[in-house]
Amino acid sequence: MDSIFNPLVGGLLIGLTATVYLLTIGKVIGISGILSQLLFSKERLLPFLFIAGLIIGGSAYGVFTEQTVPFPEVRSPWLLIISGLLVGYGTRLGGGCTSGHGVCGISRFSPRSIIATLTFMATAIITVAIVN
Amino acid sequence: MYAFITLASGLVFGLGLAFSEMTNPAVVIGFLDIMGDWNPSLIIVMASAIGVGVIGYAIKNKRIKPLVASTWQVPNLRHIDSQLIIGSGLFGIGWGLSGYCPGPGLTALTNNPNEGLYFIGALIVGSGLHFLQNKATQK
Repeated sequence: MDSIFNPLVGGLLIGLTATVYLLTIGKVIGISGILSQLLFSKERLLPFLFIAGLIIGGSAYGVFTEQTVPFPEVRSPWLLIISGLLVGYGTRLGGGCTSGHGVCGISRFSPRSIIATLTFMATAIITVAIVN
Repeated sequence: MYAFITLASGLVFGLGLAFSEMTNPAVVIGFLDIMGDWNPSLIIVMASAIGVGVIGYAIKNKRIKPLVASTWQVPNLRHIDSQLIIGSGLFGIGWGLSGYCPGPGLTALTNNPNEGLYFIGALIVGSGLHFLQNKATQK
């Protein structure tokens, strides 16, 4: 039961946020897009607030929830740098990440987002299979 | 009003990531490791998030405009092009390498700064490269 409860609540919170944000502000929540607005647009206040909230909410381990799996040992900076470059460049070229394409895009049955999600899931699964 | 909704959305979205343990790259890699010791919990996360999202879009389709903003700004692109496929493919490789996608990477800045700083630093450089490339091709 416990193993279902946390992911269920987590997913419902994510879906609820995407829905409330959509029905009030009229936009999709895409983290890679919001971050690039913060970096490269002139309208910086709102993306800043979203990302500040995200970091605060996402650091809530222990306050609201108990960790079932420990964090990995800190990994090589090079692995993280290569990963970050690919995620940064790839999400911008592909126009979205797990939130924008994966959650919001599939929720509205966007063919682009469905293809994008299948593609990044496939390459991620292959990458993990090779690395492990 | 915009500021309040945006900040609250970020907070609750982040809480959702923490609850679902997507902020922990070990959980994400466990989910992607279908050939190994598979941890399926993120299927529940995706399914419940999308389930609520589908209801959200059904409500949206019955309304002329959002409650606060004056127009819908939902992307309506439909074409499948090589940029979509190549970009998503590269993103997936990066995601599989570290277990971080952009949201959990940002939360790693506080949860696990020894990793988050490298990942987000490189993510900003990667996004910047695309931004510059875009600017150059638009000239």
